[in-house]
Amino acid sequence: MRIKPQNIALNAFIFILAIIVAFPLFWMLSVSFMAAGEASTFPPPLLPKQTQTSAYHELFSSSGLWKYLFNSIFLAICATILSLTFNVTAGYAFAKLKFKGREAMFQTLLAAMVVPAQVGMMPLFLLLKTFGLVNTYAGALVPWIASVFGIFMVRQFAQSIPDEMLEAARMDGANEWQIFTKLIVPNLMPVMVTLGLFTFLGSWNDFMWPLIIMTDSNSYTLPVALAVLSREHVQDSEMMMAGAVITVLPVLILFIALQRFYMRGLLASSVKG
Amino acid sequence: MRNNNIGLWFVAPAFIAIVVFFFGPALAALIISFTDFDIYALADLKNLRFVGFKNYIELLQTPLFWKALSNTLFFVFVGGPLSMAASLGAAILLNSQAAKFKNLARTIFFAPVVTTLVATALVFKYLLHTKYGFLNFALSKFGIDPIDWLGDPKWAMPAIVLFVVWKSFGYNMVIFIAALQNVSSDLSDAAKIDGANAWQRFLNVTLPAIGPSILLVSIMTMTGFFQLFAEPYVMTQGGPAEQTVTVLYMMYEQGFKWWNLGNASAVAFVLFLFMLLMTIIQTKFASKQGVS
Amino acid sequence: MNRRGFLQNIASISGLYGLGACGKILGNENAKSHNIVNMWGMGREGEVVGDLLADFLKSNPQIQVKVQQIPWSAAHEKLLTAFAGNTLPDIAQIGNSWLPEMVAIGAVAPLESLIKNIDNNDYFEGIWQTNIVDNTLYGLPWYVDTRLLFYRKDALKNAGFNQVPDNWNDWQNALKKIKSNIGEKKYSILLPLNEYEPLMTFASQVDDPILKDNATLGNMQSAGFKKALSFYKSMFAQKLAPMSAANEISNVYDEFGRGFFSFYITGPWNIGEFKRRLPEELQDAWATSPMPGPNGWGTSSAGGSSLVLMKNSNKKEAAELIIEYLSRPDVQQKFYDLTGDLPARKSAWVNGGLADDKYASAFYKQLERVKPAPAAPEWERIAQETRIVSELLVRGSLNIDQAAEEMDKRANKILEKRRWMLNRIGGKNAQ
Repeated sequence: MRIKPQNIALNAFIFILAIIVAFPLFWMLSVSFMAAGEASTFPPPLLPKQTQTSAYHELFSSSGLWKYLFNSIFLAICATILSLTFNVTAGYAFAKLKFKGREAMFQTLLAAMVVPAQVGMMPLFLLLKTFGLVNTYAGALVPWIASVFGIFMVRQFAQSIPDEMLEAARMDGANEWQIFTKLIVPNLMPVMVTLGLFTFLGSWNDFMWPLIIMTDSNSYTLPVALAVLSREHVQDSEMMMAGAVITVLPVLILFIALQRFYMRGLLASSVKG
Repeated sequence: MRNNNIGLWFVAPAFIAIVVFFFGPALAALIISFTDFDIYALADLKNLRFVGFKNYIELLQTPLFWKALSNTLFFVFVGGPLSMAASLGAAILLNSQAAKFKNLARTIFFAPVVTTLVATALVFKYLLHTKYGFLNFALSKFGIDPIDWLGDPKWAMPAIVLFVVWKSFGYNMVIFIAALQNVSSDLSDAAKIDGANAWQRFLNVTLPAIGPSILLVSIMTMTGFFQLFAEPYVMTQGGPAEQTVTVLYMMYEQGFKWWNLGNASAVAFVLFLFMLLMTIIQTKFASKQGVS
Repeated sequence: MNRRGFLQNIASISGLYGLGACGKILGNENAKSHNIVNMWGMGREGEVVGDLLADFLKSNPQIQVKVQQIPWSAAHEKLLTAFAGNTLPDIAQIGNSWLPEMVAIGAVAPLESLIKNIDNNDYFEGIWQTNIVDNTLYGLPWYVDTRLLFYRKDALKNAGFNQVPDNWNDWQNALKKIKSNIGEKKYSILLPLNEYEPLMTFASQVDDPILKDNATLGNMQSAGFKKALSFYKSMFAQKLAPMSAANEISNVYDEFGRGFFSFYITGPWNIGEFKRRLPEELQDAWATSPMPGPNGWGTSSAGGSSLVLMKNSNKKEAAELIIEYLSRPDVQQKFYDLTGDLPARKSAWVNGGLADDKYASAFYKQLERVKPAPAAPEWERIAQETRIVSELLVRGSLNIDQAAEEMDKRANKILEKRRWMLNRIGGKNAQ
């Protein structure tokens, strides 16, 4: 069997595209291991002359990166827990339980989809101010408590749970809360992983809200710290790239490990918007 | 069914959270947009005036707003389609049977989507540097003189579009791949027998089949492109000469840098109206095309 | 136990702990803890203030200080945001041109009890004035700052000048000579387009004030301001200055060393940076000079930072002690040693021999000729807007008259609210 020339061309093309797409990430990694000032020479070096971690040392010792890393991780975990707690209960109820006002409430949530989140940010800031929640973790987490997107995702998945299963459990005398924790939650595990992953990545990568609500540098998340540091350290490209690596790597690894769940969530949410 | 209202207890926490932290503030923003709420009013509410539509009228008379709007629309109507074209191209490439290492390639193409926007914007800022940036170095191999990507008013927008396309095309690509996999190969084969070339087959068989996906994707993509903020914030801070200010960036500066909350809320609502209008047009168009 | 059950247990347990942890951290870190004084320092000053206070804390064990470092580029924004969010510290270092704004919104408290112990004759007059609003002292100058010229002696000499000329005309001629010596790709002076200070320095040198009517109306269409604006524009039009922002010059010191530009209007913090970052062989090649003016030596901005006490602070006594301590002449001297920030007190200059230092003496001369920024709370915004319009001017989309008109228009719009507030108060007083 012969390989057709156009197939070689096709694969070569994909290969080149992949290199171009991956290049910025590769370059980020490479520069982060260069000596200070090395990247700002001409021609721009592709690889460090001598691999070194001085940029990372500098970053961790001088800029309080540990704090930012902790804030980012802590907020992303809390956001994930909150989102799972609130959205899964609501999504399940919208799918499987009948109650007064269900349709009206659902339509209301539907309407929320068209309003961009940024519209309410300013009053939300003032609202949190009156509770004394500006510059607190709680304040940063508020937008992550419940999301229309998450409720829809869970609802759609929960609809596939057969009603007979619920009825059987009710016959056995289980109350609704027991049904939910013992029966529903295990069945919803896949969508919970997906939703959790989306929330974690979303919170980790979020920029505008933490930028606004975290008013002092002890509370910055990695992206906010990176944006602020980059204005102060324009010339320190190696250090900034080290910061970018620290920021990007955890989510990239998480994504690669749980790719299956991520793609499924992505496709599910795009089929029915 | 028993327990008629127990579902309410399941829904209530999330619903209340959304009402209190989302609908309430959005409504309050509408009210604030009719006042001159600013740092003085924040200090003392006596300094608050109800100004009717003044914020909106003044906004429409502000050159910066039109600049920001045209920049935003540039992102939506140039960046959006470019990104979708890249997605579709990549999807078609990866969907072809001859392609090897599909999963690896898909992961690489998708990776930029999950990376942190601020971090990769920073990477691009360095890649686009006039003197030491790799892009200009690569271009110099083709005899092209260095371009001041982020500093030249002509090039700053295209440079950001380049970044945004790189960052976003993988998302829609995945959706398109899924759609392409559902296109039956029979039709395509039949067309092939009828003597249709690859381009004709794409136009007449593939495109109609994935049309619904394209329409849905275009709504999502364009609403996303309306909300660009971090890109100019990190890469250009709105410069050079306000060339890269987006509507949302303007809202941020007005609201959270200068604390002109009245103005900023008006900006936010104008943005909202534009997005709503776009969505309505696209869904109307979609339903006309028979896409549900 | 099957895998699902296990996962479920993990999920619920970690859920409980997680919610608990989230719930615990509701308190704002800046919240009013009893004996800790919160302090904001900007940039480098924020880094060293801890060292500076070490002795003070030893002799005042009842006081604890928590310093937070705020980057300069975000400082103004952060202060307003903290005011809006009610998360201001007890003491802050602020740019002294922001003082009228902080007073107007009621963020800072008067330094009543301090004023008795302070000899204001030991401060530079122009700087002291920036700390007074409505005859009340709100800030104590911590270090002073003004903008002047850092330049390459070799470039100036090659152009046939032994020293920086004292007036605009001759100075610009020198710059033109330099430009013709170094060619197309290099420039005589760097005026970063993202900084308003260079333009405002020129504007401070003309007779017309930048704002008029009690700083409630723009005065940018005055003959004086337009003259400054034309001078600024001509630097770019004649290609003496590159059309770029500071962040596009990836390393100012390297580029200065390479001769990409030979003059730079900047502040005293760069004395230390130039000493440290320029290569050995260039250390004798640079110098500082006061600003040339339209006709003879000109004024420059009365910059610097002041220490202010926040109105909401519940630790005012301790805070005032700290402010007082930081402005003692010996502490000021130590502060200079650590940062290169110029002391606000003249006695610290004289005692430390700073007044005769070859780089700092130009600053001493300049500081005797400084003008405070217009005392408008909105000044920072007006300056920023003016900078944006000036960039449009430099890039050629507006001419001088259009730019001046646009600057006035933007300034007047920003000032509208305060005109209304002043009118209202005026009206009440009349009744």
